[in-house]
Amino acid sequence: MERILFYSIAIIVIVFALASVASRKMLRSVIYLLFVLCGIAGLYFMIDYNFLAAIQLTVYAGGIVVLIIFSVLLVHHIELELEIAKFPKQIATGLLCLSGLGVFLYTLYSYDFHVIENNMTTTTQSIGEKLLSYEAGGFILPFEVVSVLLLAVMIGAIVLAKGKQKSKTN
Amino acid sequence: MSIDYIFAIPLVPLTLFLLLGILYKRIKPSVSGYIGVLGLLSSTVLSFVAAYQYFFVHGKVNGVYESMVSSTVWMNFTPTLHIDMGILIDPISVMMLIVVSVVSLMVHIYSRGYMKGDEGYTKFFAFLSLFTFSMYGLVLATNLFQIYIFWELVGVSSYLLIGYYYTKGTAVAAAKKAFIVTRFADLGFLIGILIIGYYTGTYDFQTLTDPEGSAILNWGATSFMGLSVITWALILIFMGGAGKSAMFPLHIWLPDAMEGPTPVSALIHAATMVVAGVFLVARLFPMFYFVENGFALNIVAYVGAFSALFAAIIAITQTDIKRVLAYSTMSQLGYMMLALGVSGYDGHEGVGYMASMFHLFTHAMFKALLFLGAGSVIHAVHSNLLKDMGGLRRYMPITNITFLIAAMAIAGVPPLAGFWSKDEILVAAYEHHKLLYFVAVFVAGLTAFYIFRIYFGIFWGKETAYAHPPKESPLSMTFPLIVLAVLSATVGFVPFSEFVTADNVGFEAHINYPLAAIATLTGLIGILLAWAFYKKTSTLPDTYARTFGSFYKWAYHKFYMDEVYLFVTRKILFRQVSERIAKFDKKYVDGTMIGIGNKTVLTSTKIKGLQSGRVQDYAYGFVVGVVVLALVFIYLWTN
Amino acid sequence: MITGISIYEILTVTSILFFIGVYGFITRKNLISILISIELILNASVVNFVVINKYLYPENLEGVLFAIFIIAVAAAETALAVSIIISLYRQIGSVEVKDTETMKY
Repeated sequence: MERILFYSIAIIVIVFALASVASRKMLRSVIYLLFVLCGIAGLYFMIDYNFLAAIQLTVYAGGIVVLIIFSVLLVHHIELELEIAKFPKQIATGLLCLSGLGVFLYTLYSYDFHVIENNMTTTTQSIGEKLLSYEAGGFILPFEVVSVLLLAVMIGAIVLAKGKQKSKTN
Repeated sequence: MSIDYIFAIPLVPLTLFLLLGILYKRIKPSVSGYIGVLGLLSSTVLSFVAAYQYFFVHGKVNGVYESMVSSTVWMNFTPTLHIDMGILIDPISVMMLIVVSVVSLMVHIYSRGYMKGDEGYTKFFAFLSLFTFSMYGLVLATNLFQIYIFWELVGVSSYLLIGYYYTKGTAVAAAKKAFIVTRFADLGFLIGILIIGYYTGTYDFQTLTDPEGSAILNWGATSFMGLSVITWALILIFMGGAGKSAMFPLHIWLPDAMEGPTPVSALIHAATMVVAGVFLVARLFPMFYFVENGFALNIVAYVGAFSALFAAIIAITQTDIKRVLAYSTMSQLGYMMLALGVSGYDGHEGVGYMASMFHLFTHAMFKALLFLGAGSVIHAVHSNLLKDMGGLRRYMPITNITFLIAAMAIAGVPPLAGFWSKDEILVAAYEHHKLLYFVAVFVAGLTAFYIFRIYFGIFWGKETAYAHPPKESPLSMTFPLIVLAVLSATVGFVPFSEFVTADNVGFEAHINYPLAAIATLTGLIGILLAWAFYKKTSTLPDTYARTFGSFYKWAYHKFYMDEVYLFVTRKILFRQVSERIAKFDKKYVDGTMIGIGNKTVLTSTKIKGLQSGRVQDYAYGFVVGVVVLALVFIYLWTN
Repeated sequence: MITGISIYEILTVTSILFFIGVYGFITRKNLISILISIELILNASVVNFVVINKYLYPENLEGVLFAIFIIAVAAAETALAVSIIISLYRQIGSVEVKDTETMKY
C-alpha cells in the first residue's frame, strides 16, 4: 500500500516537475509547480513529519506559489507563449543533466547507508523546543537571524516593488 | 700654480647662455648684447691671465712646459678605466683658450652691430655663448670622452647657428647637412674612442700621449687586417676630426654652412670650431707619430694636402664671397693637417707640429677678419655675390684697409702673420716630402690669387651703380676689424716655437731664406695675376675660363661632390639598402608584432562569448564543471 | 520511514527532481521560469535533508530544522525575486533574460 502510494507520489512529482520546466505557458508552469510542491508535502506526511508537511503546504503552496502567480499575472498576458531555448541547447543541457544524474545515482548506489529501522513520530512540540532552546544544540540564534532576514526582505521587497516616488506621481 | 680659476673661463659663457636663454623674452636686446660682451670680456681676461701665468710665471719645469690636470672622476667602469671631468692645461690648450677668447669676443662685439634689429637678437647671443662654452670645454678636455661630449656640443651649437634664419629653407637644409655629415664622421670618432678605451684601458690624454706610456709602447699588441688596432682607432678618430675640419671628402657641409649669419661663419666656421679637428690630431699627436711608425699620420698629411689643393681650386671659381672664404678655410685647414702630418716629434723635428699650431693661431685671426670684413660688405650692399660689388673702397675705407691686411696675411706677404706660419709649414713639408712641398707652394699661389680676386672684385673692379650708396659700418663693427687687423699684422712675431711644440720643450726657429723667398714670390705672382685679371673690368677671366673649359666648369660645380653624395645616398643607400631594410622591418618585424596583436584581438573576440554576462551560461559551465570533476574523482581517484 | 521503501529510492527521486530544476534553470528564457526552477532545486535538497534525518538519525531533529530554515530563506528569496521582477518589468517592460542583459554594463 505504502509502496504504491510512494511510487504514485514520485511519479506525480517527477512528471509535473518536467511539465513545469517544459511548459510554454507561464501560468500552467506555476500550477505544475504547485502540484510538485503538494507531492513533496505528501512525501513528508509519509515519513511522519507532519509539521514539516504543514509548513510545506502553507509557505510553499500557499505563499510562494501565490506570490509567483501574482507576479505572473502582473507581468504577463495569460496566453503568452514563452520563448524556449534552441533545440541543440536543449539537447546539450538534457545530456548534461542526464550524465550528472548518472554520476549522482552511481555515487548514491555505491554508498552503503546505515539505515536505522524506526517508527518514531516527531511532535511539533519537540521541534518548537529544539528551535527555541538556549542549550547546547539549540537553534535560537539561527531562528532570530532568520527573523531579521525576513524583516529585511520584507522591507526590501516593498522598496523594490514600490519603485521611485516620482514615477508613481507621474 | 693653481689652475682652479680656469674653471671660470668656460663657466662664464655657460652662465650667460642659461641667463639669456631663460630670460629670452624678458630681456632687452641692447642689454643682452652688453651682457654677452662683458661676460666674454671677463673670460678673455682670464684666458690671458692663464696664458701669462702658465708661460711666464710658472714657466718650464725641467725644461718642459708640463701639463697640469685638475679633474674629478665622473663615471667609474673599472678601477683603472674611468671617465673624468676636468681641465687639462698645456701649451696647446692655453693657446686655444687665447684664440677662442679673442675671436669670440670680437665676434660678440661685432654682432652687436651686425645683428642689430634682428628679432632673435638675444637668442643669437645665447647661442654664441653656448658655442663658446662648448669650445672652451673642448680645448680644456682631459680625456677622450670629455672631448667627445664637447665635440658634440659644438656640433649642436653650430647646427643651431647655421639654422639661425630658420624661416629660410636653404639655411635649414644647410644646418641639417652640417649636422648629419659631422655626425656621420663622429660615428667614426666614437668607435675610435671605444677601441682605444678597450685596448689601452684609459681615456686620459696624459696617459695616452706619454711617449714612454704603455698606450704607445704596446701599440703592436693586437692587429687587425694588417694594421695595429690602435692605428685603426686613430684613423677613425681622424675621420671625426676630418668631419669637423671639413677635410675631403667630408667637406661638403662647410660651404653650405655659410647660410648662417656672417659673425657665426667667422667664429665657428673659420676660426674655432673647424680647427677642432686639427686640435684633436695635435692633442693625440704622440700617438699618431709613434704608433705604427706614423702610418695614420701619413694619412693625415695626404688628406690635408689634397684638401688644400682641391679647395683652393674650387675657391677660384666661386662667385659668392662667403663661399670663396669657406673654401679658403677648408684649404687652410688642409694646410694645418698637412703640417701636422709631416711633423716629427723631438726638438726641431717637430717644426711641422709647431707650424700647424702657429698657422691655426694666425689663421684664426686673419680668417675671422676676412669673414667679418665680408660681413661688413654684405651688411652694406645686402648681397653675397661678387657681381653686386665693386669699387667699394671709396665708400668703406676701414673695411677696405683691414680686408687688405687680412688678404695679404693669408697670401703670405711678409711681415704679416700668415707669412711666418706658412713659411714654417713649407719648411716642414720640404724636409719631409718634396711632392707635398710642391703642392703646398702651389696652393700658396692659388690662395694669393683667389683672395685677391675677391679683394679686387669687392673694393676695386667695375664701378657698380648702387641704389643706396653703401655706408661704412658702425663702430661696433669696425672696432673688431681694426683689432683683428692689428693682430693679423703682428702675431707673426710671436716666438711661437718657444711655447708650443710637440715635445713641449721649445726650440728656436730660423727663417729658411730660400724657401721663404720662393713662397713669397709665389704669393706675389698670385697677387699680380689677380691684379691683372680683376683690377679693372677685363675679358681676361672669361678668356681663361674658356681655355680651361670643362675643368673650369667642374671646379665651378665643386667637382660635383654634392651630386656624388646625393647619388650615393639616394640611389644606392636609400633605394638599394634602406628601402629593403624598411620593407623587411615593416613586413616581418612589424608584421610579427601586429600579427600577434591581431591574433590576440581575434581570439578575444572569439572567446569573449564565454563572458556573456548571462547567469544561465555560467550555470551551464558550472554544472559541466561539477559533473566532469565528479567523474574524474569517481573514476580516476577510486582508491 | 516508509515501509518497503529504501532510502535509495527516495534519493533517486530527489536527484531526478534536482536535475529537472537544473535543466529548467539553464534552458528557460524567462525570469519567473528560472525562479520556478530554483524552487525545484531547493525542494529537492530539502527533501534530502529530511529523508536522511529520518532514515539515518531518527532521534535527531537537525534535518527538520534545517528544512524549516531553507523554506524560510526560500520564501524570502522568492519575495525579493518577485519584487525585483516587478520593478524590472516597470523599467524595461519585459522579464525575458535576453532583455535584462543590459544590466551587466
